[in-house]
Amino acid sequence: MIEFESVTKRYDDGTVAVDGLSLVAANGEITVLVGPSGCGKTTSLRMINRTIDVTSGTISVDGQDIASTDAVTLRRNIGYVIQHAGLFPHRTIVDNIATVPHLLGWDKKRSKGVALELMERVGLSTALATRYPAQLSGGQQQRVGVARALAADPPMLLMDEPFSAVDPVVRESLQDEFLRLQQELGKTIVFVTHDIDEAIKLGDQVAVMQVGGTLAQFAPPAELLSKPANDFVAGFIGRDRGYRGLSFVGAEGLPVHERSTVAVGASEDDVRQATGDDDHVLVLDTERHPVGWLPVNGQADISPERLLALGTTFTPAQTLRAALDGALASPTGEAVCVDGDGRFVGVVSHGEIAEHLQTAGRQAG
Amino acid sequence: MDWEWISSNTGEIGGLLGDHIYLAIVPIVAGLVVALVVGALGVRFPRLYPPIVALSSTFYTIPSLALFVIMPGLISTQILDPINVIIALTIYSASLLVRNVMDGLRATSPEVRQSALSMGYTPIRQLWEIDLPIAMPLVFAGLRVATVANISMVSVGALIGVGGLGELFTQGFQRRFYTPLLVGLVLSVLLALLADALLVLLQRWLTPWARLVR
Repeated sequence: MIEFESVTKRYDDGTVAVDGLSLVAANGEITVLVGPSGCGKTTSLRMINRTIDVTSGTISVDGQDIASTDAVTLRRNIGYVIQHAGLFPHRTIVDNIATVPHLLGWDKKRSKGVALELMERVGLSTALATRYPAQLSGGQQQRVGVARALAADPPMLLMDEPFSAVDPVVRESLQDEFLRLQQELGKTIVFVTHDIDEAIKLGDQVAVMQVGGTLAQFAPPAELLSKPANDFVAGFIGRDRGYRGLSFVGAEGLPVHERSTVAVGASEDDVRQATGDDDHVLVLDTERHPVGWLPVNGQADISPERLLALGTTFTPAQTLRAALDGALASPTGEAVCVDGDGRFVGVVSHGEIAEHLQTAGRQAG
Repeated sequence: MDWEWISSNTGEIGGLLGDHIYLAIVPIVAGLVVALVVGALGVRFPRLYPPIVALSSTFYTIPSLALFVIMPGLISTQILDPINVIIALTIYSASLLVRNVMDGLRATSPEVRQSALSMGYTPIRQLWEIDLPIAMPLVFAGLRVATVANISMVSVGALIGVGGLGELFTQGFQRRFYTPLLVGLVLSVLLALLADALLVLLQRWLTPWARLVR
């Protein structure tokens, strides 16, 4: 647990970077500090491992005031990931990952073993072990940065915009893998970003900071979206709050129901019979995986060219956002629900999703 | 070209070549050590940086012959003592190298610095394990210039009686006999080329990563 108690950072020239910050980063959770540049988020992060000194107030790690600890020992016990990875250009990947074990004086064989294991864990081929950082892509370097922070298995990680310098596609996959990794590891993580979408996606708790170094709101992402504390937070979160809020409501309660389907290769008669009065019929393959929509228009022409794209499907384990997205993209306004193996379960229309939302909202409110 | 003179004087030529190498290499090594210490201080204490730069430029403008001649007066040595040449060339080498050392030590990117600090490097260990290796390509660039410069400047020492192959030049001029002069010239050039090639190989071996960066 990392606790800030009215922490202030004032520089010699009078600039106040952080002003009376109090918050708790709970064990095993991702606490995100988010805000525009100049809000003191990076300064707050660096005060935790004492690479910047606190002016007043206290920061404690697991109940111990960090001011009373040895800074070097403290740092070796807290993993650190930085934007652009900050890898040592003169060391191979495996040696970069083994940095903290090396500082702690582990024997070489053990350090190397741990480093290679971590490479696999963060999705890097061990064939890259003897390469140098300059030979890796930005995304790969960032994975090495994460592996390096984990090498001595510290209970806590500090991450300073670790995914900001890579392109959006790579960023998204790094974020997804990071969440998967965190599910296995359960580290106590403080994560700094200027990207509110990243904060909402990754954070268990999100601290929105504003220029001047004050805390505007500290809440779980869903609450941030539904009840922004003030205009600054609402403005910072931006548009589509309602739609994005759907990401935090599970799809499992939706009234999914049957609808007409035909198997691939069905005859025109089968199609006419199955469709009844509907405009479209859902086509399934022999394993009952949905393939696409077939428009019927009175007379059934079932040539494959006429099949309309399926769009996105969702599973009950996903969120209302995925379900609504599926409904909006579908020619019939119905989202297709599948089970974990991708087999057809049923459909739900956007009208039904909206009704469900209203009921769920009444129950919650 | 008098081949007979060459074959009958190989022993003497070899001796002068050995002296030349010694007189050129010792100042390079000593100058590097001085430059590393002074350069590290100049980077650690930024206030020292401007005076170090000014002083090193000033030293480098002093003509080598003048420095050779005033050396005995400065450090009270015998006029023919090789230490005069060695110390003078050490000053030149250090002056030339200290700029490269300081620029090299400052070449570590802010991200690398911040991550080294945050992972628990102490300042001395960071200097030794991170900043110094990253400075190596620039240090080697300086070493190559300083080595070739030294090999040519050693010859000037012949005018005060300590000059390695330079003594072949003075002999040649005094006797109007050009074979020793040519031999000295060819050996100096070959020595410079060889030393430079060895430095290139050494650098490739020590900094295999450097060719990959940018």
